[in-house]
Amino acid sequence: MTELNLKVAEEIELLRLVTVGSVDDGKSTLIGRLLVDTKGAFEDQLLAVRKKKGTTHIASAAEIDLAMLTDGLSAEREQGITIDVAYRYFATPKRKFIMADCPGHEQYTRNMVTGASTASAAIILIDARNGVMPQTKRHTHILGLLGIPHLIVAINKMDLVNHDQAVFESIRAEMNEYCAKQGVKDLICLPMSALDGDMVAVRGNNMDWYEGKTLLETLESLPVLDDVDTKPFRLPVQLVNRPQTPDLPDYRGFMGTIASGTVRVGDAVKAIPSGNTSTVKEIVTFDGNLEEAFAPQSITLTLNDEIDLSRGDMLVHIDGETSDSKELVANVCWIGDEPLSVRKKYIIKHTTNSVKAMVASIDFRRDIHTLSKDDADELAMNEIGQITFKLMKPIHCDSYADNRMTGSFIVIDTFTNNTVGAGMIV
Amino acid sequence: MSEGNKSEHKLTQLKALEAESIHIIREVVAEFRNPVMLYSVGKDSSVLLHLARKAFYPAPLPFPLLHVDTGFKFKEMYEFRDAFCKEVGVNLIVRRNEDAIAKGMNPKDFGVARCCGALKTQGLLDALEEGEYDAAFGGARRDEERSRAKERVFSMRDEFGQWDPKNQRPELWNIYNGRIHEGESVRVFPISNWTEMDIWLYIREENIPIVPLYFAKERLMVERKHLLIPYYEEMKDQLLEGEEPKMVMSRFRTLGCSPCTGAVRSDATNMDEIVIEAAAARRSERETRIIDHGSNSMEDKKKEGYF
Repeated sequence: MTELNLKVAEEIELLRLVTVGSVDDGKSTLIGRLLVDTKGAFEDQLLAVRKKKGTTHIASAAEIDLAMLTDGLSAEREQGITIDVAYRYFATPKRKFIMADCPGHEQYTRNMVTGASTASAAIILIDARNGVMPQTKRHTHILGLLGIPHLIVAINKMDLVNHDQAVFESIRAEMNEYCAKQGVKDLICLPMSALDGDMVAVRGNNMDWYEGKTLLETLESLPVLDDVDTKPFRLPVQLVNRPQTPDLPDYRGFMGTIASGTVRVGDAVKAIPSGNTSTVKEIVTFDGNLEEAFAPQSITLTLNDEIDLSRGDMLVHIDGETSDSKELVANVCWIGDEPLSVRKKYIIKHTTNSVKAMVASIDFRRDIHTLSKDDADELAMNEIGQITFKLMKPIHCDSYADNRMTGSFIVIDTFTNNTVGAGMIV
Repeated sequence: MSEGNKSEHKLTQLKALEAESIHIIREVVAEFRNPVMLYSVGKDSSVLLHLARKAFYPAPLPFPLLHVDTGFKFKEMYEFRDAFCKEVGVNLIVRRNEDAIAKGMNPKDFGVARCCGALKTQGLLDALEEGEYDAAFGGARRDEERSRAKERVFSMRDEFGQWDPKNQRPELWNIYNGRIHEGESVRVFPISNWTEMDIWLYIREENIPIVPLYFAKERLMVERKHLLIPYYEEMKDQLLEGEEPKMVMSRFRTLGCSPCTGAVRSDATNMDEIVIEAAAARRSERETRIIDHGSNSMEDKKKEGYF
């Protein structure tokens, strides 16, 4: 690494990914391949999971028990299954990647939702021999619901179907048709053999008929953020900073992470729910005051007027509108052990705001195989449905389709304190 | 206003990580009664403390630092800790498991696992109980070790401070659930998503002060198995047969207790060289930490309450 490369290393961008698919689709092999090919795993970590004792150097991914590398918990290794989301890190000279590696089985839908919630792109693995399986459709549906901007379908194990282009094309056609129905905008299908490494980091010689990018090239070229800084300005207030020290007796700073949009010194802003207005006096950071700040920076704002504004409130531009309602309609993925019940009270945490909520109605339960909307009395773990909540206080929100940060919430069980639901506002 | 225009702003990955970490630190202060930040004097702690100072600027830190001292840290670490904490004006609490220290606990006679269990895990649990802290920040990273790859940012602990990896709360978006029952607590890991490389790049970019042991120098070392162990006069009687202290150009990639932390041969005397070395490293930093060796040790220790 030269002086110049040091600068590049500091300036590369971050892309959050989620990978779905079961072990049988070759997910562990793919992850192992990515880690080995980008040097994301260290030699001693690889040697610890080598197949043959006594090996002192790992030359290829085939020498490693890749599942042992990815299954971090003893219970997973004992049972030979992946229980929980694991996070992996790798980088290329262009970009750093945080990859949520999710178990694929239906009973782990909640883990998939967890891993996908922060992702800007998803890799869906398909075994070329099996084609599009019900679970592929289920994953795709959930990823669509979570608003993942870019879906990459990696049609793996092409080596086991003689690298046949017709197999690839037929799977691609089926996925295109399914995704069009889901409203997925950006779908990329690519053929792959993770075991041989073809089309992961290098093209290989077996699939010259495919002219698209390799997986790694694709990941390096996807847009990182979906222009979140050009959306309407939203600052959910996390804390009010009042040091009350001799130097700063009257200082009041509003601290938070900008959920979307851009704010500049002098901008006219409005506090929600009070409706009071003021202008931005300073954008304060440890590194000096800024002229403008944008999502997802964590900043502190001071205002030119003393207005009522505290944790759970939101600061928006003066002409900015949010919907304000005591009734909340949302797609909910249920992740609690006990089913969602119309008789129970929950807490909804939306941005920095927590409110008590009751289930007014279960509008429908989505059959994740047929996508049909079914009547239901409850929503069990791993099920998805549209729920109408009645809130004790109104919340100020956007639709999830417009804004992932201000359109999402979690449902908390008031008795166990566990997170039991993931909500996306309709 | 720029709304509706094409994006013209980009955050570098380090700045994106920084923003995420600050968000997490602030969220804990907003939702917990009595947080504390664990401070081990190492590079990750130094980054964590730097992020916390950024989070609350211009106010002072709204929580104390807690150093669970084993008495076995390098003397350079104690000197750095005291000077740095004084300089930046943070409230530092130092706690030790005095019972175990009085009984002469050490890794050589009692074994590494027992020594760590008493001086680190028990020392930490006692200190957290004494301070009645309901949230403790730690500088663990998911890239360090495979059980840590499965750790949440808000990691729930029962009344015994133990981790149940099979029963973790899902974490969605950037919405953290900080609700706990009386007696329970959380360990919070704001730099979960940072890699070793990110830590070094950030220390370099931000000029964060770190213990001088991280920089290469001619140091008196003993070579034991594949580890380079720093030699101090007091260790004279503990030398094994055939061991001879000698000067080696070396540095530490990670800092722990002196009997259990090895150095690496290195010529990296400044931050640029350290970053270049980190980028070329083929072996993980935890390899120089004796405590991690053994089939399942990190996960087991975490279940018992280790951070």
